Amino acid sequence: MTFVYLLVFGFAATAVLGLITSWIDRKVTARVQYRVGPPFLQPFIDIVKLLGKETLIPAGASKGTFLIAPVIGISGVIAVATLLWVNQFFSEGFMGDWIVTIYLLAIPSLSIILGGFASRNPLASLGASREMKLVIAYELPFILAALVPVINAHSIRLSVIIDSQAGGVFAGSLSGILALIVAILCVQAKLALVPFDIPEAETEIVGGALIEYSGPGLAIFRLMKNMLFFTLPFFLIILFFGGLRLNGINILWTVLEYVGIVAIITVIRNTNPRVRIDQAVRFFWGPMTLIAIVAVVLALKGL
Amino acid sequence: MSLKLKALLKSPWVFHLSTGSCNNCDIEILDCLTPRFDIERFGMLLVGSIKHADVLLVTGSCNRMSVERLKVLYEQVPKPCLVVAIGTCAGSRGIFKDSYNCPVPLDKIIPVDVYIPGCPPKPEAMIAGVVKLIEKVGGSK
Repeated sequence: MTFVYLLVFGFAATAVLGLITSWIDRKVTARVQYRVGPPFLQPFIDIVKLLGKETLIPAGASKGTFLIAPVIGISGVIAVATLLWVNQFFSEGFMGDWIVTIYLLAIPSLSIILGGFASRNPLASLGASREMKLVIAYELPFILAALVPVINAHSIRLSVIIDSQAGGVFAGSLSGILALIVAILCVQAKLALVPFDIPEAETEIVGGALIEYSGPGLAIFRLMKNMLFFTLPFFLIILFFGGLRLNGINILWTVLEYVGIVAIITVIRNTNPRVRIDQAVRFFWGPMTLIAIVAVVLALKGL
Repeated sequence: MSLKLKALLKSPWVFHLSTGSCNNCDIEILDCLTPRFDIERFGMLLVGSIKHADVLLVTGSCNRMSVERLKVLYEQVPKPCLVVAIGTCAGSRGIFKDSYNCPVPLDKIIPVDVYIPGCPPKPEAMIAGVVKLIEKVGGSK
């Protein structure tokens, strides 16, 4: 049964929804810039194309690490997506799966750091070191923001967090709203989208950590990012909107919440310039951590 | 046609390489990405790293210094890949035909799939050239 969860929900459903999300992102970006944008199947075609290309390993690179890094990343995403799907629809989960989710969500960034350093390219190393700094910057406010639903629900089980929002969602309270704002900006950094795309910075360090990846390795990294683009909004919906509710009119609400979060992320991405790494660290450790702490204190007061 | 090739023609990511051009062709390539032409409709993206590219757009007259780099870069494109020569310089060396600095034309150095003449070619000409390339590789319709 675990196998079915992993393959059908963790991998297949997450990948399809993630690729669709990435199409929404590209299409909205194109419309913001008065362009037409790619056709619906474009993300799928890109992945198929990359899987059919040649894999080049740069001379002097650490071959094993270079090839295993994308696999580590995608297995992290599959594991976390499975955990979320299972908690949402099938079982009660286990004590502390919130902590496991937070840990597993750090693995994709870790795999990018590994791959970047393994590829023996100065720009890739630069990208990987920036990614490392960015992880250090956003993890603290992200964990603080994700702590607010835990305090409200008095439990670190995701299923209890979902169930305790049956009466009213946490995003309805003041602490929930503040935590949601912080969490969305941290998701932006986790996905490495434009104000915080410092590790990739196409125009500056030409793709950053992924510069040396070609063919299947790049395909897996792209798929990983797209799956993360579904998984992170899904995690936010579980934490702040009571999970995916598929009964009656609530389907519409769920779709609206999901598309809303994705649209906010895309619009932030399209209306901001890239910041420097020191500005990003200052932003996350300064205002974002402060807002997150205020949200935690408000949640402890029961607001 | 194999799935591999079909997918390649549906999402050709381009990398543009100037081998000593006057930059005019490069500017016209960037015009293809603007809202008026928007080649992302056909799945084309301009990528920054040669390792991500499927199509190599070469501009310029291949001078002595850049030929070395051109060969290294061509070896680094993951195969299968296609090469497009953009502009008169890349196609036939143009007015630099007798120059001491441009001894060999592009198609004697690496295999070229399609030539787009013009100085610089219009964005429409480039799109027409790429359509011809896709028809040639994918079998004519």
